[in-house]
Amino acid sequence: MNILVCITSVPDTTAKITFTDNDTKLNKAGVQLIIGPYDDYALSRAVELKEQAAGKVTVLHVGGADADPQIRKALALGADEAIRVDVEPADSYDTAVQIAHIARQNSYDLILMGRESIDYNSGIVHGLVAEMLDLPSYSPVMKLDINGSTATITREIDGGKEVLEASLPLVLGCQEPIAEWKSPSMKGIMTARTKPLQVVPPVETEQLSVTGKYTLPAPKGACKMIPADAAETLIRLLQTEAKVI
Amino acid sequence: MSVLIYIELDKGSVKKTSFGAIQYGAMIAAKLGTTTTALSLGTANSSELEQAGHHGAAKVLHVADPRLDHENSLAYAEALVQAAEQEESEVIIIPKSGLGDAVAARAGARLKAAVVSGITGLPEITGDTFRVTKRIFSGKAFASIDMAAARKILVIQKNAIETDENATGSPAQVEAFSPVLSEAGFKAKVISTEKVTNEISLTEAEIIVSGGRGLKGPENWHLLLDLASALGAATGCSKPVSDLDWRPHHEHIGQTGIKVTPGLYIACGISGAIQHLAGVNGSRCIVVINKDPEAPFFKSADYGIVGDIFEILPRLTDAARKLR
Ligand SMILES: Cc1cc2nc3c(=O)[nH]c(=O)nc-3n(C[C@H](O)[C@H](O)[C@H](O)COP(=O)(O)OP(=O)(O)OC[C@H]3O[C@@H](n4cnc5c(N)ncnc54)[C@H](O)[C@@H]3O)c2cc1C
Repeated sequence: MNILVCITSVPDTTAKITFTDNDTKLNKAGVQLIIGPYDDYALSRAVELKEQAAGKVTVLHVGGADADPQIRKALALGADEAIRVDVEPADSYDTAVQIAHIARQNSYDLILMGRESIDYNSGIVHGLVAEMLDLPSYSPVMKLDINGSTATITREIDGGKEVLEASLPLVLGCQEPIAEWKSPSMKGIMTARTKPLQVVPPVETEQLSVTGKYTLPAPKGACKMIPADAAETLIRLLQTEAKVI
Repeated sequence: MSVLIYIELDKGSVKKTSFGAIQYGAMIAAKLGTTTTALSLGTANSSELEQAGHHGAAKVLHVADPRLDHENSLAYAEALVQAAEQEESEVIIIPKSGLGDAVAARAGARLKAAVVSGITGLPEITGDTFRVTKRIFSGKAFASIDMAAARKILVIQKNAIETDENATGSPAQVEAFSPVLSEAGFKAKVISTEKVTNEISLTEAEIIVSGGRGLKGPENWHLLLDLASALGAATGCSKPVSDLDWRPHHEHIGQTGIKVTPGLYIACGISGAIQHLAGVNGSRCIVVINKDPEAPFFKSADYGIVGDIFEILPRLTDAARKLR
């Protein structure tokens, strides 16, 4: 089984977000980059499936060389090879075009990624890729088992969940608890150094949207503290002052 | 040229977030000098659909195919693309949800549209510029984006505008619509569906009462459920609570769970870790009840009580019951 896992390289969830270049670029100074947490789940499940059924896991990242440590980590976690498309994507559409282009050159049974990246929070790349490749897609997937060419998928739906059976190939957006997060082993880290990381140029895309400036939220006003022995006052304030009940 | 709104149903009724999306679309339509059309997929009562008119839709295209009662991004996107073509819609509005995002993505790829998901307010439209603001880094920042393609799909946050629940426009005209749906969309076999039916859904809720590890165990949850029922609220929880199986996974709020944007979020015994805040920082008003005055959540709160939830929750419940 051939699995493609698309990973993002994003600031750690606790990172303080600031911008540079007149608020047009993320300030990466002092920010620790990690594999997107949802992508990490997708990768872990891909490695488990490969170990069960034999096959190959390829990780793909669309972006610059500052993601190479995250790509190496993915290799250390058990991916067999990596591809990096060397371009800072303009938007989700651009990212999806690059992924679809790589996918067309190879035959993958599964294309896995996180249900959304934690930088842009859009959750649209899997749908775009699936449409470009004319494949079915499901998201968010919480459980995935493969039997021959059939996938059994548990996905979250509005107010609940659903179990589906679908034929490969598929594009899936993953979230926990699809797999346990893993830490790379010493052996994994050693072998990752020699696994292939291929850097390829991007294909041309049209730019459908243009990102301008970034802004930070307005600072929150002070929290109004209510003494515990007058807790009931809260309900009145919510009704008369905040007008939310 | 009509502005097209994709609306979602819940048991045959139009969801509140969808009414909000219609109102949002109608404001853009007014600016562009055009009308608003809503697209409804699956079984629905046409008197329910007429209500879309109260919020500003002139027309509702209704695809009454029961196969669409089931979440299906591929088929929904096909229907949306055909509706957009029939109505010559350049602006399409979708309320944000996992499904909404998937439909937006697929329709966007087919229409070569600019798709922006997580929009927080009305677009600025001046001359040829169509500028939106979107939430990024889980609410830690915003990005301003110019949607440059001729067609634009706007996936909007629940509180992108304040919805007028008592809007009183004239009823919409409901028209049957029969798009060509490919078989590919219906190939998957549904083995089972598990839905909570009589609960208020978290993404729709105006009030959420949420509990963390401070509640100590599932046996204490009645304290929180009582307050929720007194306020007509939905209930949520922090991640450790669902990891420990005190509450079902679909209630877990935050970075790795659901993102909610209610009018009021009441956090009980939740520390306010940044990953939890990522799911709630779009709420209009946040109340934090925690016995630790140093709990980080107070920094993001509008109202706070330092105290023991076991003592405070029943008192709030009593006070809330007296309101009704
Ligand atoms: C990658 C990643 C993703 C994550 N995603 C999420 C996510 O999506 N959602 C999420 O919630 N977490 C997430 N977490 C976990 C997060 O970091 C915190 O561990 C979690 O939110 C803490 O949950 P809690 O506040 O319920 O528990 P705790 O941190 O244990 O806090 C319990 C709080 O209850 C208070 N308390 C205790 N007893 C009482 C009492 N009697 N009365 C009043 N107050 C009391 C305590 O003072 C404390 O503040 C994630 C973590 C990581 C690393």
